[in-house]
Amino acid sequence: MYLPRIIPVLLLKDKGLVKSINFKNHRYIGDPINAVKIFNDSYADELTFLDISASSNKTINYAVIQNIAEEANMPFSYGGGIDALSQIEKLVKIGVEKVVLGSIACQNPAFVADAAKEFGSSTVCVCVDIKKNFWGKYTVVHSNAIKSGSLNYLDFVKQMEELGAGELIIQDVNLDGTQQGYNLNLIDQISKITAIPIVALGGAGNYEHLKTLNASTVVNGLAAGSLFIYHGSRNGILINYPTIQEKYNILSNEDM
Amino acid sequence: MSHVGIINCQLGNIGSIVKRVKGHTITIIDEPQKLKQVDKLILPGVGHFGKGIEFLKNNNLLDALNEEVLINKKPILGICLGMQLLMNSSEEGDAQGLGWIDGSVKRFHVKNSQQYKIPHTGWNTVSSQNNSPLFRGVENEKFYFVHSYYVDCTLPEHIIGTSTYENTFTCAVQKGNIFGTQFHPEKSHNQGLTLINNFLQL
Repeated sequence: MYLPRIIPVLLLKDKGLVKSINFKNHRYIGDPINAVKIFNDSYADELTFLDISASSNKTINYAVIQNIAEEANMPFSYGGGIDALSQIEKLVKIGVEKVVLGSIACQNPAFVADAAKEFGSSTVCVCVDIKKNFWGKYTVVHSNAIKSGSLNYLDFVKQMEELGAGELIIQDVNLDGTQQGYNLNLIDQISKITAIPIVALGGAGNYEHLKTLNASTVVNGLAAGSLFIYHGSRNGILINYPTIQEKYNILSNEDM
Repeated sequence: MSHVGIINCQLGNIGSIVKRVKGHTITIIDEPQKLKQVDKLILPGVGHFGKGIEFLKNNNLLDALNEEVLINKKPILGICLGMQLLMNSSEEGDAQGLGWIDGSVKRFHVKNSQQYKIPHTGWNTVSSQNNSPLFRGVENEKFYFVHSYYVDCTLPEHIIGTSTYENTFTCAVQKGNIFGTQFHPEKSHNQGLTLINNFLQL
């Protein structure tokens, strides 16, 4: 039986893990290797690491990524600061399963095609950050949600698929860190027009949110940051992941 | 303890496999001379079928591999693209494979493309077939997949694992000392480790 993946998304800043709210207010969470060990012990389906300082530092922290790759017992993807094929080659060599392309996919879409041709579609994931603008219209944004792309988001998603992306992370920037639940309409709308795997990100605050997402739309990945990092009403830091039984409850159609 | 040769196809993450065969002697194979000293082989790989075969050719590994696998009968485990390379041919790049196991590599054509997205990415149950020693203790477990092409194996006796994604497909093969898995045991938690250890204990 095929089951969608439940994916913790962890933000790297310099060498540590952080968590944001609306892409701002970064709070230090801890050491990435420690987190990987905890996710190993809880049999996490997959991990995604996004380095939000790589672009501004103009460097990819290969040493940290290699340590993560050596520790992780599950597939993991990396995004942040990627704008050259040689970087992808190096990342794949040190054990990254998939690379996540963000800003470069907006600024130079042809790069997605080049990467897919060189490394295969299954190695190339595009993170599509979508944000409601001043007029209440959803647009694609990039560079830590500071800049906005020109295309309509549905056209952009189709373009990424046609260029050979093997997976799309669809992130509603407005919901980042809010723990209010996913943007179900947005995810459903995009999933219906694509034939490649979709991972939903942004807004998950509890297992009900994951269950509702899975029940109401076709997603291959249910991703979250805060949900797997914080615990309790005061948001104490506690790396956590559903048990195998909880996972089946989330992904089954029966009530929890 | 085995002496394991990991063939460096330059198309895959050798690192995660090296970690899973800890405790054994490991040699990274990038030239034919190094094949002699090892007693087991792992052929990993992601990416393009044509490029994988081209790499083996360009590094003069084809003849040496044929000798070690077909004549000296050293056990070999192909993973993902590595399994596909064991077959006769692929639709991807229209290239010839190693031809050690009869069959071809085909692209997934799903009817319900909204439900069954391609690449087939994620965890799926593998049912073991024909009692292969590779699946001892992990006969019905979930493993991690990521692929757009699958192996269409000609002879049923070579099929040792199947999985279902809209349709049932072959995801593990064996012909004597030659093994292949479409999924990634090196990325599949404890069940993957068990499978790799089964191979290393052959």
